[in-house]
Amino acid sequence: MLLELDGVGRSFGGVQAVQSATFGVAPGEVHGLIGPNGAGKTTLLNLVSGLVRPTSGAIRLRGRRLDGLSSHRIAALGVTRTFQNIRLFPELSALDNVIVGAHLTRRAPLWQRLVFAPAAGREERSARGRAHALLERVGLADRALERSANLSYGEQRRVEIARALAADPAVLLLDEPTAGMSHGEVESIAALIRDVAREGRSVLLVEHNLELVMGVCDRITVLDFGKVLADGAPGEVRADPAVIAAYLGADA
Amino acid sequence: MIAALQELFLTYQSALGFVGINGLLALSVYATLSCGQLSLANAGFMAIGAFASALLTQHTALPFAAVLAVAALLPALVAVPLGLPVLRLRGVFLAIATIGFGEVVRLSFVNWDYTNGALGLVGIPQRTTLPVVYLLLAAAAFLFWRLRGSRFGYALEAIREDEAVARTLGIDSTAYKLGMFVLGAGLAGLAGALDAHLTFMVAPSGFGFGRVVEMLVYAVVGGITSFIGPVVGAAFLTLLPEVLRALGELLGMEAGPLRLFLNGAILLAVILFLPHGLASLPRLLRRWRERRKGAALAA
Amino acid sequence: MGQQIVNGLFLGSIYALFALGYTLVFGVLDILNLAHQAVFMLCAFLALTLVSVAHVHILLALPLATAAAGLVGVVVERAAFRPLRGRADSNVAGLISSLAVATIFESIALGLWGPDVSRFPLGTVPERQLHLGGAVVQELQLVIIGIAVVMVLGLTFLLQRTRLGRQIRAVAESGFAARVLGIDVDRVIALSFFISSALGGTAGVLFGLAFNSISPDVGRSVELKGLAVIIVGGMGSMPGAVIAGFGLGLVETFTVARFGSSYRDAVAFAVLFLVLLVRPRGLLGQAATRIA
Repeated sequence: MLLELDGVGRSFGGVQAVQSATFGVAPGEVHGLIGPNGAGKTTLLNLVSGLVRPTSGAIRLRGRRLDGLSSHRIAALGVTRTFQNIRLFPELSALDNVIVGAHLTRRAPLWQRLVFAPAAGREERSARGRAHALLERVGLADRALERSANLSYGEQRRVEIARALAADPAVLLLDEPTAGMSHGEVESIAALIRDVAREGRSVLLVEHNLELVMGVCDRITVLDFGKVLADGAPGEVRADPAVIAAYLGADA
Repeated sequence: MIAALQELFLTYQSALGFVGINGLLALSVYATLSCGQLSLANAGFMAIGAFASALLTQHTALPFAAVLAVAALLPALVAVPLGLPVLRLRGVFLAIATIGFGEVVRLSFVNWDYTNGALGLVGIPQRTTLPVVYLLLAAAAFLFWRLRGSRFGYALEAIREDEAVARTLGIDSTAYKLGMFVLGAGLAGLAGALDAHLTFMVAPSGFGFGRVVEMLVYAVVGGITSFIGPVVGAAFLTLLPEVLRALGELLGMEAGPLRLFLNGAILLAVILFLPHGLASLPRLLRRWRERRKGAALAA
Repeated sequence: MGQQIVNGLFLGSIYALFALGYTLVFGVLDILNLAHQAVFMLCAFLALTLVSVAHVHILLALPLATAAAGLVGVVVERAAFRPLRGRADSNVAGLISSLAVATIFESIALGLWGPDVSRFPLGTVPERQLHLGGAVVQELQLVIIGIAVVMVLGLTFLLQRTRLGRQIRAVAESGFAARVLGIDVDRVIALSFFISSALGGTAGVLFGLAFNSISPDVGRSVELKGLAVIIVGGMGSMPGAVIAGFGLGLVETFTVARFGSSYRDAVAFAVLFLVLLVRPRGLLGQAATRIA
């Protein structure tokens, strides 16, 4: 297991947002996280990425404790994410957003830039090149220089994914990446996710689009009221009576 | 002709000196603004640099370069233990904490007999020359210029736009913010030393809230999208009173209130209508001209 | 000892009123209004002019000047803050905008009344002294404390018991939610500024009466102390502002009595600093003060 959650819990005041969540994500696995609104899915992502500390339990990456670390340390260890309500850097262009994402992979020390060392120029060009390639990968190469606040909703989501990928993460956390997208766009995101997993990265995918989840995930964890209802392959989860009752009931 | 120019130059020599010094001060504020931190501590750092340099000049035989180095390093050192707790505060709380620091520094000097309390130090020899001021200003500007496009520069912009998200991309925002806070402190201290050795005196009253507000205004009026703005703002606002004074004499008006009024009015106008400062004027003019051309073509 | 307590309370009344205005606007708009001290100063001058030039009795001049200050506050909000709403940099921009307004007000005061200290004419206020249990207390001090208490109670009643008060509290909680609930947020903000500036203005007049020394830069020193008060009391918290305001008045008075006046100002900032480092939320504040 690459990423492990072990009895993870988080309460806010008196509200238990997440309770004893236990599941694991293997390398290269696409792991879905589904559940009704308010089930604690985003809170779980916040816990893994370090924006919030668990009040109980442990989170491990390659056996090393993540909980309690600051979010920039967690990112350095190989976990990056997108956000439910899209948090791009609004004034920066799409390309610049992705270049920021590449922060962890850039090496040139500052002094080189001060003396105009050729290595610095090369490094900068290479970072721009990689960022451009990532934008191409999400189909936005032609919008690279556009101010990110001017992009459409779907485009912004794709830039956010490119930005998270720029850090070369071992684990990619996606928070409802296809919300508000057309069917065609959802298909291309699904393809991108499979592609990313083939590279050996793990993907933890929070989603409401069940068709997407069933189609692209290797395993699925179902949350309800902060508790894990079920955890297994799509087929098992789909047939689990507790899950059907709590969640899939309406459209089973 | 040459003689007339020379005379003009001599008359405005100190004004030009102040343009350079204020440029450094504006850049010192820009240092923290560039990563989204509104720090108002720099009057305090300037005071430390100014007093330290004056004392060194009066009591030792150190060359000016060494004095300047100390004037920059001492506030920078103070900035480290100050910055660590204070930079964790958000927005307006950081502003207030740093205002508080500035006041504490000022009041400390007011109450310190060694530096003559409220009267301060006088009779400081003039060691500041225009070439030195502009060399240092150019060096600071060069540093900021090279920062852009670098990993460091991108990190600063990210922190300014959304610090929490920047951290999720591996950016250690605390370290960067502290770095810029220390840089700002050093620049302010340097400016303080240059100022002390240009005006022959150092008094605590010159380092109060009003002073740090001035620096902030230079930066904001000039525009904080890039390092050029603060320098432009400092030049504009330092030379404006000179122009206004000449104008006032022409019009026979009371200088003080009018200058203050215009300062306030210009600041208000810029913040309301030119959010990216004076430095954004060329870009805006270009866009306006293009739109007019476009409209003319479409007509 | 009793003497010092009265002195401290009377000084604290002014701080409390000033801080209340400051914190009200911060609570509602999340903005630090640096023009507040200029309104404080202008209102003092206005009352002075009403008394010395128009021969209005101080008891009438005070409410008149206060109302005028409130109106000025509304104008300031409309001209300097409203245009900035919605802008990404609205916090810094608001700060600077209010600074610009403060500068403009100061220049007006300089132009109209000159840089020197102005005083209320003799006989504006009674010079009577009272003897309360060994302390010599000026009647004026008691009146000032009384006015402050009345205003604080009035404000509390307004905020807790009236519809406007509820609306103000709603907007302070979330402007967006308030709008959704149908509250005229613009009107509430304008009224908040009116109240805030009226409080600051009253503090200014009382300050002028208490120290009989009004000049265009009189707001500056109070401004910074006011900042210390609202931080210690908790940004956006009215009770906090009152408690901390009176607290600062007392602490300052006792510090001067014990250590001499050179530390009078230092005490406010020392406390400010400590609070910000240890408990930025202040005594009663709720604003989120740190980033993640």
